[in-house]
Amino acid sequence: MFLQQIINGLTVGGVYALIALGYTLVYGILELINFAHGEIYMIGAYLGIIFLGIFTAAGLTQYSLFLSLFLTFVMSVIVCSAYGFTVEKLAYKPLRNAPRLNPLISAIGVSIFLQNYVMLTQGATDKVFPHVIPVTTVEFLNVTMTSLQIFIIIASLLLMAGLHLFIMKTKTGKAMRAVAQDKTMASLLGINIDRIISVTFIVGSGLAAVAGLMVAMYYGLVNYSIGYIAGIKAFTAAVLGGIGSIPGAMVGGLVLGLIESLGASYLSSEYKDAYAFIVLILILLVKPTGLLGKSGENRP
Amino acid sequence: MILEVRDLTKIFGGLKAIEEISFKVKRGIILSIIGPNGAGKTTLFNCLTGVLPSTKGHVLFEDEDITQRRPYEITEKGIARTFQNIRVFNSMTVLENVMIGQHSRSREGLLTAVLGTKKFQREEDEIRSKALEYLEFTGIQDYAATLAENLPYGDQKRLEIARALATEPELLLLDEPAAGMNPQETMALMELIKKIREWGKTVIIIEHDMKVVMGISDWIIVLDHGVKIAEGTPNEIQNNPYVIEAYLGKEEVDLLS
Repeated sequence: MFLQQIINGLTVGGVYALIALGYTLVYGILELINFAHGEIYMIGAYLGIIFLGIFTAAGLTQYSLFLSLFLTFVMSVIVCSAYGFTVEKLAYKPLRNAPRLNPLISAIGVSIFLQNYVMLTQGATDKVFPHVIPVTTVEFLNVTMTSLQIFIIIASLLLMAGLHLFIMKTKTGKAMRAVAQDKTMASLLGINIDRIISVTFIVGSGLAAVAGLMVAMYYGLVNYSIGYIAGIKAFTAAVLGGIGSIPGAMVGGLVLGLIESLGASYLSSEYKDAYAFIVLILILLVKPTGLLGKSGENRP
Repeated sequence: MILEVRDLTKIFGGLKAIEEISFKVKRGIILSIIGPNGAGKTTLFNCLTGVLPSTKGHVLFEDEDITQRRPYEITEKGIARTFQNIRVFNSMTVLENVMIGQHSRSREGLLTAVLGTKKFQREEDEIRSKALEYLEFTGIQDYAATLAENLPYGDQKRLEIARALATEPELLLLDEPAAGMNPQETMALMELIKKIREWGKTVIIIEHDMKVVMGISDWIIVLDHGVKIAEGTPNEIQNNPYVIEAYLGKEEVDLLS
């Protein structure tokens, strides 16, 4: 029972972590809570249904399921990244030097716009993810895992490891860290700030696309409002780990998933969604900087 | 001439921070900019490097007008700077700080990095060994793996110079490099700045420590209330009655001579 809930928790937690990374990356660089980020995740879920539908109609899925799924992921990531890139250019960049509240309000506006845009174009009713993936279950130490759960856990962990390497090792990753610490100094060292901000949105949106697609596969149903609650929870995860901290978002997401799943099975599943916010309130009271966050003085 | 400034003016609201400043800088010299607090020295640096847009006037670097260029473009052209206060990247190692400086000089693209190709590895190695050279040049090579925030103050200032040099500038602007340094550190700093000049680079420093200014400058420009009131060799400046009145004071000149 306990182990079973750990597996369930890691599955949801991995998804939270992927979305939370998008919040934390953008916050680290712009000190902006990108409230439209949950909508990008929702769009990722829809794109998964759309692209897999296209590939199935074209006969590719019947020919090779693996190739078809792979291309669905790739296309969703590309299109979602384009959404993230465009949102930044249209809604945040013009407000770069405005008071901090302005881009925040702009973000809420983008969120409302994207929700309604998807509702109008895709309809207000639930969409069903194509039933093309055969789900097998694996039994191990009294724990039942579906192949999908294993896939989600492994994919999330791999993406997190990849992001970590990207941030720590590559030139662009180093530049992102430099921009997060001191924009003026970074630009004087030859770093194009606008380019780094774009990369940040592209990477964050790509991760959200993968998260959205995996959730659509896992639950099988998608609607235009799923970005709201997932976004708030992932934001909670980012705050839990320490907003602005990349390892923090990873840890925060996984911890939040575990709390939810353990809380639902040992306390009450009625309050499943409330646990996230109880945790948020406790963190803000006890350690406002989050588990791995730095104190305010260290941030420029 | 490596740098030519023509009628450069910066107005904040109604306040003229610098007003119609013009001067030329010969290649390979150390130029000091001095003047009382609020004279507009740092504003001048900010306008030269694109941190602040100037209100009027032109900046020509190697005969090219760079007035309205953005900071990263100006860095690519070959001007680097440090700030008065320390602005190292605290959570990175000393070596990483300097490698960031090499950013604008390397060709590595995102794709090669993601794929981890041989070309990427080779370029990384090249950047690393170059960065180590700059650390050696500034004398902090032993700290390469240390987090920048754990360096002593004087060495953080050296790190800033190393990082600026890593952008491979022709012109280096140093804003109060000796501020807060003890006499030994100041001496070592003067040697370092002279070494940079011997290497063929041009250096402009803003400095309050007159021993440093008179000890290493080839040329001095004096600002007061945003206006250039004098320029000349250290000797000329020390004997300039306007400068003595506005800034140096009689005692300081007696002390130096």
